[in-house]
Amino acid sequence: MRRSSRLIVAVAALLLAALYVLPLWRIDLTAPQYPEGLGLRIRVDGITGRGPNDLASINNLNHYIGMQRIEPDAIPELRLMPWIAAGLIVIGLAAAASGRRGVLYAWLAALVIAAAAGLADFWRWGYDYGHNLDPSAAIKVPGMSYQPPLIGGKALLNFRAESWPDLGGLLAFAVVAAAAVVAVLEYRRAQRLRAGSPADQRLAVGTRAGELVA
Amino acid sequence: MSNSTGARRMGVAAMLIAAAAAANTGCGKAEPGGAGAVGDAASRVYVAPGHYDELYAFLSGGFSGQVAVYGLPSGRLLREIPVFSQDPEEAWGYSEQSKGMLNTSYGFVPWDDAHHPELSQTGGEPDGRWLFINGNNTPRIARIDLAKMETEEILEIPHAAGNHASPFITQNTEYAVSATRFSVPTPQADVPLSEYKEKFKGVLTFVKVDSATGRMSLAFQILMPGFDYDLAHAGKGPSHGWAFFTSYNSEQANALKEVNASKNDKDYIAAVNWKQAEACVAQGKAREQPARYARNYMTEAHTAKSEMLSGVKVLEVAACPGAVYYLPTPKSPHGVDVDPSGEYIAAGGKLATVIPVHSFTRISKAIADKAFDGEVSGIPVLKYEAIVAGEVKEPGLGPLHTEFDGRGNAYTSMFLSSEIVKWSLKDFTVLDRIPVYYSIGHLMIPGGDSRKPYGKYVVALNKITKDRYLPTGPTLSQSAQLIDITGDKMKLLLDFPTTGEPHYAQAIPASLIKDRQVKAYKLGENTDPFAVKSEKETRVVRKGTRVDVYMTTIRSHFAPDNIEGVQVGDSVYFHITNLEQDWDVPHGFAITGANNSELLVMPGQTRTVTWVPNRVGVFPFYCTDFCSALHQEMQGYVRVSPRGSATQVTYNSPK
Repeated sequence: MRRSSRLIVAVAALLLAALYVLPLWRIDLTAPQYPEGLGLRIRVDGITGRGPNDLASINNLNHYIGMQRIEPDAIPELRLMPWIAAGLIVIGLAAAASGRRGVLYAWLAALVIAAAAGLADFWRWGYDYGHNLDPSAAIKVPGMSYQPPLIGGKALLNFRAESWPDLGGLLAFAVVAAAAVVAVLEYRRAQRLRAGSPADQRLAVGTRAGELVA
Repeated sequence: MSNSTGARRMGVAAMLIAAAAAANTGCGKAEPGGAGAVGDAASRVYVAPGHYDELYAFLSGGFSGQVAVYGLPSGRLLREIPVFSQDPEEAWGYSEQSKGMLNTSYGFVPWDDAHHPELSQTGGEPDGRWLFINGNNTPRIARIDLAKMETEEILEIPHAAGNHASPFITQNTEYAVSATRFSVPTPQADVPLSEYKEKFKGVLTFVKVDSATGRMSLAFQILMPGFDYDLAHAGKGPSHGWAFFTSYNSEQANALKEVNASKNDKDYIAAVNWKQAEACVAQGKAREQPARYARNYMTEAHTAKSEMLSGVKVLEVAACPGAVYYLPTPKSPHGVDVDPSGEYIAAGGKLATVIPVHSFTRISKAIADKAFDGEVSGIPVLKYEAIVAGEVKEPGLGPLHTEFDGRGNAYTSMFLSSEIVKWSLKDFTVLDRIPVYYSIGHLMIPGGDSRKPYGKYVVALNKITKDRYLPTGPTLSQSAQLIDITGDKMKLLLDFPTTGEPHYAQAIPASLIKDRQVKAYKLGENTDPFAVKSEKETRVVRKGTRVDVYMTTIRSHFAPDNIEGVQVGDSVYFHITNLEQDWDVPHGFAITGANNSELLVMPGQTRTVTWVPNRVGVFPFYCTDFCSALHQEMQGYVRVSPRGSATQVTYNSPK
């Protein structure tokens, strides 16, 4: 791997540490009675309200339609995700440190799988919350389910729900994109090296020299 | 004696002129554009739906005993804060937590006459922390927390009778003052009224305000001659350290004061050097006098703690030379107002034909030069000519109060000629006048009694409305009128009816308090001993004939909502904790036959109402504040069995 690639990978991997602070996803709700809005923030290790009472308020409102309470402690994935994030950081740093393309590809694969699995899991929980309703709920609208959109906006009775990646999510996507770009460039470069272009060989030597200096 | 006849004649003439003025304004209403408003008034006061007003205005309710909060310039009523009067809507003075706030040494006094709201100040500028207001009838001062807009403390003032000149504050809210409107035997005693001059005294009271918490304590009282003390204002800037109190009835009449207290050409403003008085008290020159008075305040648990205190430090004027001087001032002065610079002290002599303006510089010089005109009860009387900076000639009839715009202009309310008169502090000439409808008492410029007036509007606070609004039987509202003062000519913008009788008012830019408003109380910080933090903790406990119901509310149900085992004659305490933590979601609680009030419980708060069922049956209770789509379903029952019934206490709390 080129020095610049390794630097990018190292920085991108370290940026993932921000996921421990920044929320991944945001669901914002507004209604005529809630002009100030209510919001949920999905984090790597939990679900919090936008304001200190938002989660409790949303849970309370949801009881009218028979939705289960959102209990972050009862969602096992939220205990797993910090470790997954840690793993992704370690693999990324390993790729940068070793300079081995194989590790880079593994990192990209892990990132893509984690992102896809995360989104699928998010959708699954959303589906469960939105469809698995208490039959004794006060408000029952035939044919109505309350699954929040995975991404985008949707009207849920008097509420308008908007679901979008938050800063952490955007950052994660950016890291995945960076990993993909670096992987593609490194793959092409490797192809060219194999084809024996002298220019590239010189470059490769240069990079090695750079490594020694570093 | 000829003086007295003169005064009486003048009074009669004034009344006749007042009647003529009223008739004139009636005619004026036929004019195009009618009722005195100017062409662009509508756009000036229009606050579009969903938009906020520029200012909060706090108008006293007078005989309502409360404070009303309005938005300006729209004149929209935002809230009525219960202070001295029981309010069944919010259970103020009815709930177990708030009852203690209305305790006095006279027992429970559920009403008062609230006249003068006063914003706390720092450096002579309103700081938006607290609003103080006097209880005139049973002497008290209340303090309202402006982040909650709730009354937090009420302190009784002993030895006073009619706490009118109150609670004007010093420029850093060091003190709130009080002066007795009615002189009485001090200490109280069974005294023939004919001994007024010998036995009756007036007290000026200085109430210390804790700068961090706002908590009030009675610092000291100054014993004064038995006049009627009327209004006050504290000095600021160069005159900081002084407070000025108007007095009338320097005649010391004890009957038919309408005539007998109006004889003297001049009465007095008492100029009190409170820093000097403070020093004398610190030096032990005051004596401890027995007194009983109540201090009530809201604890952290949002529950009134009512203390009965005893003893107060009383300072005789003779024991503290230099603490009090009398400023002779024409004809029964009412208002006394200090301009933003702290130099000018304007007095509103109710029956005077001029507005005298005293100069603080000249007062200081007169004191230094001993330019005295004798003394009254040991208090040096300064020479009028030595202290007066000027007189506003022919200002109108019945000058009462003056406020300032911060641009060198003063505005005085004229009760009899029903107008506001604008005059210059430079040469004391009248610059403009505008009729008000009708019979203005106080007037208010936001911050107009501070060092930093917000000189955009003046609000007239009118006693009489007659034909201004659709008639409502013999009882008509009082009113406020918003007048633009940004130009050379005052312009009437808006006229709105008020709750109670607005005496004085205060206003402050909304930005100073809007963002500090409490939206809900944190349930986790609720320390009410009867609070329950979750439905699982709800329960009903009988102890003899006392039944405690630990109940919660959350949209849209009570827990428990069915209670059996209550008996006729039980004292049932409904302790309602509102589990909501959302903004603007109070729940109410009402039960059939309650002899007190409903409850309105704010999010996170616990309130208790007592119910003594007097008949057998099953009685519903329900939420009174339309809380949610299923508000009508938010209800429950209490089964009441005969006294001595074997029915056990049961209830359906969630397990």
